[in-house]
Amino acid sequence: MARLLILGGGIAGQTAALHAKKRLGGSHEVAVVTPNSLWNWIPSNIWVGVGLMKPEQVTFPLAPVYRKTGILHYQAKAISIHPEGSAGQPKPFVTIEHTAPEKKGRQEIVTYDYLINSTGPKLNFDATPGLGPLHHSQSVCTYDHAAHAATALDEAVARMQRGEKQTLVIGTGHGTCTCQGAAFEYLFNVEFELRRRKVRDQANLIWISNEQELGDFGIGGMHIKRGGYITHSRVFTESLYTERGVKWITRAHVKEVGKDTILYETLDGEEKTVSFDFAMLLPPFAGVGLKAFDRQGADITGSIFAKNGFMLVDGNYEPKPYDQWLPADWPSTYQNPKYKNIFAVGIAFAPPHAISKPMTSPNGTPIFPAPPRTGMPSGVMARQAAFNITDMMEGRSEVPTRQASLAKMGAACIASAGSSFLKGTAVAMTMYPIVPDFQTYPETGRMLRYTTGEIGLAGHWIKHLLHFGFIYKAKANPFWRLVPE
Amino acid sequence: MTFAAKGKPAMIEPSKSERRPYEQSFYPPVPTPFTKRMRTNLLWQFFRFVVLNIKMLRMVRKH
Repeated sequence: MARLLILGGGIAGQTAALHAKKRLGGSHEVAVVTPNSLWNWIPSNIWVGVGLMKPEQVTFPLAPVYRKTGILHYQAKAISIHPEGSAGQPKPFVTIEHTAPEKKGRQEIVTYDYLINSTGPKLNFDATPGLGPLHHSQSVCTYDHAAHAATALDEAVARMQRGEKQTLVIGTGHGTCTCQGAAFEYLFNVEFELRRRKVRDQANLIWISNEQELGDFGIGGMHIKRGGYITHSRVFTESLYTERGVKWITRAHVKEVGKDTILYETLDGEEKTVSFDFAMLLPPFAGVGLKAFDRQGADITGSIFAKNGFMLVDGNYEPKPYDQWLPADWPSTYQNPKYKNIFAVGIAFAPPHAISKPMTSPNGTPIFPAPPRTGMPSGVMARQAAFNITDMMEGRSEVPTRQASLAKMGAACIASAGSSFLKGTAVAMTMYPIVPDFQTYPETGRMLRYTTGEIGLAGHWIKHLLHFGFIYKAKANPFWRLVPE
Repeated sequence: MTFAAKGKPAMIEPSKSERRPYEQSFYPPVPTPFTKRMRTNLLWQFFRFVVLNIKMLRMVRKH
């Protein structure tokens, strides 16, 4: 009996674990190492962050799901990977450290035959002094951060109700952040809530981000057909900001967050400040800090992981300028080139380069979004990796045969812009491919037929359906496989 | 540079007072009242709900 070990129980890890166990049944083991006892549908954290949902509505306990499905569960964090085993252990293994209260701090090793690294990111608040819930700004990256943000927002609303003007700054807290979409959703949900609570006229809303232009979202923006024109997403995004009375600051690297002031550097190299009473700024992501060692105990972390801590897979990591980037640079099987039984999916894999054009200020500060790889693409690559590994475990194939390159994959994305069953709206976007392919689609980099966007109540209904649908699926309830990634 | 050196900047005034020529909000297209109404018109949005679901399923089937 062989064992597939999965590091991380988020969207990618849970998708991989459920698909792998369904295919393998009792013939092989599937084990998950995750430090959290709860599963979190992260896209709905924005609703926790404005007080419309409680953390219990976006989470559920993982242990009963693993018991039901027969998946081994270690509530622990991975410390190091030993892909060649060690002097005393011939099989590859991972050293873990338990996080459950009854075993907290205890270390043990878990052997594996195949490994999927889907740890997600380290929320790197330390990259910017003063950033994060422990300092001066809020976050919606986790459900408890979001609940904290909701409390701070309530306090700001109370001040507005007393007649005080408040400045709310929302966006990205560093020049290399990704997930602009989540901050965008939070911005417009806050704006909608302020209107609902009848204090909008007391609020000055400001967006700050590392995008070169609004509507970039880390994917270089996208073109859609609308009103007889082929138009860039910048136009529609600026339109929405204008309509909702939101000012925007782009091309900004937040250098420091003070008690009531944000210091940022622009792409022009200037230093500026903006004052705030409430700020929600997303942190940049980094790898979780896993180490790797060979059989002799020598540190081989640098041969498995990129410098940013994300795992190297089958992409082309040769440094090259923007105009030489190719769709073929992007990984398709997510298999580590050195250790063929190790895969990395979701945020955990190292992208070969950004999608948005890299920009640097005259001071040498990089100010451009890192590529997003969450949500639908994350689930698709996890499923394909699970299918490839189960094929290899059961002898149907010796090499991965299924592919999930972001340069050949489409995505559907729903960005909430206000939550209400009758008055809410959301931006519904589809794009194909995610990584622009200017060889195949020379004008815009994407197929216009499959690249669309619109805002309306229908998008909000879909966003709500996705909330319930994906939580239902992650619980492995009957017919869960009918819910697509 | 430190915050102390810079001093606290003046608060940016609410957006309506800034909507004037040469400000950033002067240039983007803004929706007409009809367009805004259609965004929450139940009949139209139910139709769009069906269309959007078809679009997304078509995208899912491409994987």
